Amino acid sequence: MDDLSTPLSKVKGLGSAKEGTTHFWHQRLTALILIPLVLWFGFSIASMPVEHATLTGWVRQPVVAIALILLILSTFYHAQLGLQIVIEDYVSTHSTRTVSIILSNFMCLLFAIIGVVAVLKISLGS
Amino acid sequence: MAEFSLPANSVVKQGKLFAASEGVTNIKRFIVYRYDPASGENPYIDTYEVDMDNCGPMVLDGLLKIKDAMDSTLSLRRSCREGICGSCSMNIDGRNTLACTQSIAEIKGDVKVYPLPHQPVVKDLVSDLTNFYAQYASVEPWMKTDSATPPDRERLQSKQDREKLDGLYECILCACCSTACPSYWWNSDRFLGPAALLNAYRWIVDSRDEAAGERLDDLEDPFKLYRCHTIMNCTDSCPKGLNPAQAIAATKKLLVQRKL
Repeated sequence: MDDLSTPLSKVKGLGSAKEGTTHFWHQRLTALILIPLVLWFGFSIASMPVEHATLTGWVRQPVVAIALILLILSTFYHAQLGLQIVIEDYVSTHSTRTVSIILSNFMCLLFAIIGVVAVLKISLGS
Repeated sequence: MAEFSLPANSVVKQGKLFAASEGVTNIKRFIVYRYDPASGENPYIDTYEVDMDNCGPMVLDGLLKIKDAMDSTLSLRRSCREGICGSCSMNIDGRNTLACTQSIAEIKGDVKVYPLPHQPVVKDLVSDLTNFYAQYASVEPWMKTDSATPPDRERLQSKQDREKLDGLYECILCACCSTACPSYWWNSDRFLGPAALLNAYRWIVDSRDEAAGERLDDLEDPFKLYRCHTIMNCTDSCPKGLNPAQAIAATKKLLVQRKL
């Protein structure tokens, strides 16, 4: 079937989604918050002996547990936002793109939950 | 999905050599992309040895010399020959620019001339900019007002507000910026591209316009606006020295501002 719609009609398409600013803004906010958190995490791990007892003892401190949960949530939220951008850029088939975005969002959520549960289990558990 | 090689009928082949006549000493080689979709043949590269002693200083002069004296089948678009009409935009020596303002002497080695990247080719150096122009039209680049026009005078604008349009109003729609943008290459069906977005911003910041909010509404879209990842090829390629990347960043800033 010939597509006889005008170029302007094609460009206007279904109009604006009125969305994207929150995504853009949150990506930048999480990037900012991740700078101190990642530095703190890197230096903390590097300054400790890699032993099970030392590490779990460290995670049990309330301030460390809170910072770790913040780090995990920011990391996977930031990853989810970034991965969605990459998929939107490079996957052009609409159906594949939609499925990829849903899967990547779900995986990020799953990893965030796993991380948070692990921290809570160590810090609150026996 | 992704394609990693060109389709067989798009592979660029070697074309002919148009040698300079005997006795010509000051030669510059022009390597020019040739393609006629109607012929069914593959694109090919022709080489022209241009006599620089009888040629003007700009790449457009060289191309017109080729068309007039060596090979009249070469197709290109040009009009003003002084960087104001935007017709002769093409990819010269790996960069999008205007053939009329690009000097031959500045190019080291052979002068490689291709059409604008990632656009359909009408013939040779003439690309089909239908989608690009439609994107410009879609941002409604005219003044929109609700208040009535003053009966006895024009709509006034302070000098300071007028200065906000400097660096925006000079766009000549040559498409060098949009066709230099990777985001535009991958998603030009939905991403408006730097040229259209710069022009949208030109009206958003015009103090006489009363539709800034609606204009921002229309742009707020993951594809129309937010495909821009500040790659800055647009700013790098603009032959008029404009900064579309900055205009797009300012648009995003306004969208964030009105939420907070």
